[in-house]
Amino acid sequence: MSTASRFKARPSTNHFISLTIDGQSVLAKPGDSVAAAMLAYSGDAMRHTVKGSPRAAYCMMGVCFDCLVEVDGYPNTQACMVQVKEGMVIRRQQGLRKLKKEPTGGE
Amino acid sequence: MANEFDLIIVGAGPAGMSAAYTAAKNKAKVLLLDEQPYAGGQIFRNIESQVNGESIYGDEYETGKALINRLGTQGISLEFRASVWRIDEARNVLWSRDEVSHISTARHVLLTGGAQERPMLFPGWTLPGVMPVGAAQILMKSSGLLPRDAVLVGSGPLLYWVAVQLIRAGAPPKALVDTQTPAMYLKALKHLPQALPAMVTLLKGVRYLQEIRAAKIKRFSRSSDFAVTETDHNELCLSFKSKGFAQQITAPIILTHHGIIPATNLARSAGVKHEWNEQQQCIQPVVDGWGQTNISGLHIAGDSAGIGGAEVAQASGQLAALNILCLSSYISKLERDTASRKAFTKRRRAMSIRAFLDVAYTPLAELQLPSNETIVCRCEEVTAGEIRRSVEQGADGPRQVKTTVRAGMGPCQGRLCDPTVRTILASCQVPTSLPNARSPVKPVKLGELAALSNSTFHNHD
Ligand code: FES
Repeated sequence: MSTASRFKARPSTNHFISLTIDGQSVLAKPGDSVAAAMLAYSGDAMRHTVKGSPRAAYCMMGVCFDCLVEVDGYPNTQACMVQVKEGMVIRRQQGLRKLKKEPTGGE
Repeated sequence: MANEFDLIIVGAGPAGMSAAYTAAKNKAKVLLLDEQPYAGGQIFRNIESQVNGESIYGDEYETGKALINRLGTQGISLEFRASVWRIDEARNVLWSRDEVSHISTARHVLLTGGAQERPMLFPGWTLPGVMPVGAAQILMKSSGLLPRDAVLVGSGPLLYWVAVQLIRAGAPPKALVDTQTPAMYLKALKHLPQALPAMVTLLKGVRYLQEIRAAKIKRFSRSSDFAVTETDHNELCLSFKSKGFAQQITAPIILTHHGIIPATNLARSAGVKHEWNEQQQCIQPVVDGWGQTNISGLHIAGDSAGIGGAEVAQASGQLAALNILCLSSYISKLERDTASRKAFTKRRRAMSIRAFLDVAYTPLAELQLPSNETIVCRCEEVTAGEIRRSVEQGADGPRQVKTTVRAGMGPCQGRLCDPTVRTILASCQVPTSLPNARSPVKPVKLGELAALSNSTFHNHD
């Protein structure tokens, strides 16, 4: 079950960027970081650690590395440091991911 | 190899922006690098696109806009989304963007990397929905995201300032759980007379507290013994004690604040000497009045040279730039000294409030020395108990703790856990030397390094 966003819904505009998070279509705002788009969409974890604990973006400024997700096939991307782009494919990560830069293929 | 620039500045916050302007105005060629997509630093983040910026952020807004406008001065080259991962002995600055690395060189480098929040540790602080207030501010400024019914926990000027911003933006916090004790205020009072030059700032603080009171935000004082658990509905339940009584409060999001500390990784990896600041409980670089470090050609200004806030940062950036201009013979010593008088006065005035603030908002011992079950190193999921156990088993310094329990070995390179590991070790009577940092200070892909070494130094895109 997905958790409601921990943030208030933003006023809707005509300018948005569509992307997918784990296959679900999501609308983000231009200028959003991937982390902001994910937090606006849901209050769920953005990744699970090796020990299975849920984590989400913490510092939002590139310090903590708790926001690591897969962006367009690239794992371990700092979601708070990357801005959304039209058609982006975002996946949450489970445990450790291969550190090799190797697209793992989206939908 | 010829230097492309007279000065490379790393960080486009108040210190970096005022330094860039001062240097460029005096004909120096400046390269200003920042990790973000726009100038401003954390305090003036995305300031140009704020709707109702002035009514929510107050005079911060105007100051920030003025600083950003001046970056149009001729002689300033700007590179955004540029993350610097190494500065070598020859003052080559290595930075990366979109997984491509670049090298820029200059005779002088000025680090203005700002601050990061001192993490506030308690059981459950790693759960989704627990964030530092600074993170919430970033989401508010860059994405217009306002936390829903947030509970604010901790103490310090930023906590109250964010509470006020949330009230003004129409998303008042559900509660303010304050760790302040009357004793701390009393102790701070003796520093009040000395803070009089910063009267304006003091009064602003008083007004914020009044605004919070007027908005009827539920407030708990003298709070301690925090723990957060997840409810069945994925909300967060914060339990704590206030004035000795057990309390509980449930909310979707919990924002913590426990002061800020200088960002020192880049400076430490470049070999800059650092020292422990007992009052602010953090390490900071050793710099002279101009921001000059022990490494020739390397200056540091703003919060990354020691916490002082935006006004101090602006003055320090200007002072560092003037000194660098003088060292590069753009201006004479006399010109430097004349031009710097105002900035020194401004800095002294803004600094005068520090002693009061530092004592009034000393980090609580409980939060510095977390309980055994509390996670200290988020990356490697190491608890305070595991660190203490490693000491019992003979670890005799931060390095041994690192290798035995892996605290500080994750991708954040100890940025979040290092201060806590240090305090825990000190409380176990283990001597701790100041930590070294290694470069790259940001993860760089292997392919990127290979591409860099294949290209010639002059080869820029
Ligand atoms: S949220 Fe901390 S690095 Fe992205």
